[in-house]
Amino acid sequence: MTTATVTTATATATAVTVTGERAAPAAPEARPTSVPNRTGIEVGPKRRLRESTLDEKFNVLGALVAGPTVTTLLFGWFTPLTGPIGWVVVSFVLFIAFYSLLVSLRSDREEVKDRITTVLLISAGVVLFGALVFVVIYTVGRGTIALPHLNFFTQTMQFAGPLDGLDVGGIAHAIVGTLIQISIALAITIPLGITTAVFLNEVGGRFARFVRTISDAMTALPSIVAGLFVYAAIIQLITHQRSGFAAALAIAVMMLPIIIRASDVVLRLVPGNLREASYALGSTRWRTVWGVVLPTARSGLVTAVILGTARGIGETSPVLLTSGITAVMNLNPFSGPMISLPLQVFDFVKSPEPNIIARGFGTAAVLILLVLLLFVVARLIGGKGPGQLSDRQRRRVAGQSADDARRMNRTPAASPAAPLAAQPTGTPAPANPEETSQ
Amino acid sequence: MVEKKFDSLTDLHNILTRETTEKMVVARVIAEEIGTIAPAPMHTGTGRTRQDNPEPLVHPGAARRSLAARASRSDSVFKGVSFTAGATTVGIMLAVGLFLTLRASDALQVAGINFLLEQQWSPETHQFGIAAVIFGTFSIAIIAMCVGVPLAVGTALLLSEVVRGPLRSFLVSLVDLMAAVPSVVYGLWGLFFLQAAVIPVSAWISTYFSFIPAFAVEDGTGARLTEASAFTSSAFIAGIVVGLMVVPTQTSVMREAFSQAPIGEREAAFALGSTRWGMIRTVVLPFGRGGMIGGIMLGLGRALGETIAVYLIISPIFTINWEVLKTGTNSVSALIALRYGEASQFGLSALMAAGLVLFLITLAINFTASSIVARSRSGAETS
Repeated sequence: MTTATVTTATATATAVTVTGERAAPAAPEARPTSVPNRTGIEVGPKRRLRESTLDEKFNVLGALVAGPTVTTLLFGWFTPLTGPIGWVVVSFVLFIAFYSLLVSLRSDREEVKDRITTVLLISAGVVLFGALVFVVIYTVGRGTIALPHLNFFTQTMQFAGPLDGLDVGGIAHAIVGTLIQISIALAITIPLGITTAVFLNEVGGRFARFVRTISDAMTALPSIVAGLFVYAAIIQLITHQRSGFAAALAIAVMMLPIIIRASDVVLRLVPGNLREASYALGSTRWRTVWGVVLPTARSGLVTAVILGTARGIGETSPVLLTSGITAVMNLNPFSGPMISLPLQVFDFVKSPEPNIIARGFGTAAVLILLVLLLFVVARLIGGKGPGQLSDRQRRRVAGQSADDARRMNRTPAASPAAPLAAQPTGTPAPANPEETSQ
Repeated sequence: MVEKKFDSLTDLHNILTRETTEKMVVARVIAEEIGTIAPAPMHTGTGRTRQDNPEPLVHPGAARRSLAARASRSDSVFKGVSFTAGATTVGIMLAVGLFLTLRASDALQVAGINFLLEQQWSPETHQFGIAAVIFGTFSIAIIAMCVGVPLAVGTALLLSEVVRGPLRSFLVSLVDLMAAVPSVVYGLWGLFFLQAAVIPVSAWISTYFSFIPAFAVEDGTGARLTEASAFTSSAFIAGIVVGLMVVPTQTSVMREAFSQAPIGEREAAFALGSTRWGMIRTVVLPFGRGGMIGGIMLGLGRALGETIAVYLIISPIFTINWEVLKTGTNSVSALIALRYGEASQFGLSALMAAGLVLFLITLAINFTASSIVARSRSGAETS
């Protein structure tokens, strides 16, 4: 879109200049643009349009104080609720009541409604994000009992009994298992998923629409059913034992539609005129995909893969059926059970022993920190749209086009078509129009 | 003869390529950029029109060329490889579907229609059906929707209408992060923290609203239960946890739809003097209705298939339990996770049948959702 606007803008600009030259003799009385004289005009301080008045601030503040205090006063006497959640619910209801009372003192009905819904929207957000932060902090917080023990990361549970302290045993086998399983799953899903997404976008046709429908349907597949499929089709019929490879297959079945859909969205964002420019320079379809489409969408594709990985690492139910539970390190994905982090959490917390449960929370903390890390990496890479370059990439592209220019100037005697033909093999320099527009 | 002045080349191009039945005679074209185009070669009387003579006049002897080029070798390889990838994806999906159907057919033939009506689950005695587990699955999912939908709608409106600037993009990525938190972590939180905190609320609801049958908690004889142990591991608690898990999915679909409400209509509402809520009610919500319904249904599909969090929290029973606050419920996915290990070949086939039913339900819900999203005004403008 932006590139299109830029071209039209330049076209209009040239049109204007041409018109100017052409129209000059016809209309000699055209005056040059005049800049208004700004001296003597006083400009006041900039007004802030989004500021709330003191009155509005104190309404919120007063209701925020009054709600919980009245709740504390009444709790146990008038309100029959008990427990912290009851307290929160009652004080929220009282807060809304006080707030609407305070607002209605000064405003009409429409404004009261507006204020109350705004407060309700904000509190929905607070509840949701509060719950998320609380889930993460609660898990990591209870995990800190086990996390400081270094052996937690280096040992396995092979020689640790249920009553042993936290300085014996660890989850090294689960970490290794997770890494092996997710690597196999990625080795399957990255080529297959991205090629399918390329097929959907670049080849198209009736079959591509069918593939898109099917991959949409695949997102509806419940994870436990994917696990059951691998269990019955691979383990029972072929390998006759649970293994890391079977678990990786189950994870791959779950990750594939996620990666296909995310890459599909990213590839769709690649501006069409880049493709057309490449075709117009005579490159084949394959060169266009490899040299223009994929490099342009690179950061988005990496983000798609990382987000898919984050989902795949956390999948528990397909692994539950396929990988088997073990306490020993197993480096061979093709034979013997191989446990992974989420399954290890699941296995630990079924135990009644407090030490084992502490280990379970420690494992969950490791898992959640891993997901968090992947997510931050994905955001750092994928914060940019297709074709937006970092400073280093921009310097490199500029250097390459300077090289091209030098080469073209050095051989002016060659046929005039040669420099043109040389260009598409260089960097596609996809972002240049985008940059000028920003 | 028309002598027409065009403002720009684009204008000229648009007029020349316009699909129209009206014949316009172009005799002399004046475009500012290119000056005057030489008068078109005149045929007698009519002048040259687009419909009259599409063939160029310059190369009368040139043979007609085919514009479709033969694909180069790299292109045909590329096409073949990408086609294979698409076919493999379809193949995997069809393999899952076909395998489930084939293996499930054993059990379905034995059970017949009773498969949907029977509550017990003992494939060994051929007494099995999914009435109880499907009921449990839906009761958990409906509670999850009651918890999740208000939160999702509120948060989506908050993100699209109220919050701006860097805070908004931070919160949007926080919602995405929430979708990536593993379900076993939510399960842990529900089991070790939420359960204890929710039990007083359950007890309060069952005390004061027991006239509604779903909220009553009674033992077999009809006496009301009040002790805390009667409220543990209930569908209510599992529903709350699952509700929190599906909110991110719903929120991102809804926010996407809301944020596409046309700016002109928003400003029109404001210009007519409406408050922000008035604008949301009259512009954003009607515009995003399709996205809202689609988001809710997508979340419902995920809630039905959720396994680990439910499995950790509930205590499985095989009877229909209307009292959602009372201990004991079940779900299809929890049933599979519970019984797959001990199952014989026939038992596995019965589990496959249960899984197939669950899959068909989520599939139907997903397709309905995406067709609603695609048909709505907001969805139509997306694609």
